[in-house]
Amino acid sequence: MAVSHSGTGEEAGTGSAGGPVDSGPELIQAVPLRRPGRWIMAVLVVLLLGLFLYGVATNPAYDWGTFGRYLFDQRVSKAAGVTLSLTALSMFFGIVLGVVLAVMRLSPNPVLKYVSFGWLWFFRGTPVYVQLVFWGLLVVIYKQIDLGIPFVHQFAHIKTQNLLTYYWLAVIGLALNESAYMAEIVRAGLTSVDEGQDEAARALGMSWGLTMRRIVLPQAMRVIIPPTGNELISMLKTTSLVTAVPLTTELYSRTRDLSVETFNPIPMLLVASAWYLFFTSILMVGQFYLERYFARGASRKMSVRQLQALANAQAAGNQKGLI
Amino acid sequence: MGQPMVRSELVCKDFGALRVLKGISLTVGRGEVMCLVGPSGSGKSTFLRCINHLEQVTAGRLWVDGELVGYHERGGKLHEMSAKDAARQRRDIGMVFQKFNLFPHLTALENISEAPIRVKKQKKAEASERARELLDQVGLGEKAKAYPAQLSGGQQQRVAIARALAMDPKLMLFDEPTSALDPELVGEVLDVMKELARGGMTMIVVTHEMGFAREVADALVFMDGGVVVESGEPREVLSNPKHDRTKAFLSKVL
Repeated sequence: MAVSHSGTGEEAGTGSAGGPVDSGPELIQAVPLRRPGRWIMAVLVVLLLGLFLYGVATNPAYDWGTFGRYLFDQRVSKAAGVTLSLTALSMFFGIVLGVVLAVMRLSPNPVLKYVSFGWLWFFRGTPVYVQLVFWGLLVVIYKQIDLGIPFVHQFAHIKTQNLLTYYWLAVIGLALNESAYMAEIVRAGLTSVDEGQDEAARALGMSWGLTMRRIVLPQAMRVIIPPTGNELISMLKTTSLVTAVPLTTELYSRTRDLSVETFNPIPMLLVASAWYLFFTSILMVGQFYLERYFARGASRKMSVRQLQALANAQAAGNQKGLI
Repeated sequence: MGQPMVRSELVCKDFGALRVLKGISLTVGRGEVMCLVGPSGSGKSTFLRCINHLEQVTAGRLWVDGELVGYHERGGKLHEMSAKDAARQRRDIGMVFQKFNLFPHLTALENISEAPIRVKKQKKAEASERARELLDQVGLGEKAKAYPAQLSGGQQQRVAIARALAMDPKLMLFDEPTSALDPELVGEVLDVMKELARGGMTMIVVTHEMGFAREVADALVFMDGGVVVESGEPREVLSNPKHDRTKAFLSKVL
């Protein structure tokens, strides 16, 4: 192979530092490949979308006037707040419990392992709607909680009705169900981390807990986050089921109740959908940044800034080589 | 010289029904460098992993610095060691792996300072300062902020050595530290190891680098089929092997 160095001498120094390498052959500027298929497809999609939107706008069933009036109605935005707080709390407890369950499932302790398995078996095996109905019935099934030695002596009685509101029963119901799914997601993440990581940490004298917390879990996050974002978005909408408890202050139940006022449920369904869409859009943006944070070190691809630094160093090196 | 750093007596290791180590007895003195060589599957790596209790010995006894590895001996009986005690024993034994096993989510500097901060409870500033010194020592002072994936194999392995050294180990174990490297990168890792050996570090090195063994090691042990076939002064063993199996092996690698 012949290596040509011609041009290095004359041209170097003319290019700005940090630009493309200032020597060597001319950059290729090829005529781009024509892709008529894409254009045809795009035109078709725009046409169909336009037709659909025209229909939506002119069909009186949608009743856009009502939609506009109720979209920012205070009763609706308050209900949206309830939906958000339900989602946040259930997800928070669901994730914490899920991590604990996953770690239990993988622990060398057989008692922890089987307890975790049993939990998963039950909460994943029954519909969340049925679970929520049961949580609502809790105050009927267990009228009071007795503290003391079973069958012998009780020193305190707590009425369950005073203990938990429907709101908290809904949170518990959603969180416990979610924990089973989160446990599986976390477990998949933990097992995806290379065995050598665990060995290296142990060889440094790190305990099992420390290894999990500092070495394995942070690496597992890359695998855990995308499906967790999925779960979060799914949870946002599952909160509409808490009407089974019955809790009726969240977005879906509230808009449905309001349709009594409007005599038309369709615009109210649209109002609820608009709010759900708004929240999921925000969550998707959050997920993007979270994924980027936990991907650090995962790729040998360099950031734009790192590449620029290297290019600058290269340019400086070229200059120095000349002098 | 006093007590040897590592003493093993008839160490055996079974994986289920399979006996991988069949009675290994050897001694490594303080400041000595021992190279373990032999064909793959001969049990060298397993033996090395027994020394810091990544594998549990099934029969025989193994001491590091006079302390029995992995068990407490009380009243003539062996008691399984708690995870906590095992972790404490490993703290003083550095290990370098064939596949580096650097923590990919931490920078080179954080890889080195992590265990001193979390295990030895050193102050973060102090541990980072020491990590910087160690990076300089292995010739990677300017790579403190790089993530492992941005380093070459040789650089990663040098960071891994620095990571092990950060715990101030009394013994370093090397499990084929250059086997996963491109040929032109082997030298830089071996240089760091030579430097360590000259500094008086006690080292046990599983390796195929006969040149390194000849130059640096105080003892060479040839293992095959889970037993020590031949051992002695490296130059002697390499140039004048007594055993047929040693001769056959050396003829292939030299």
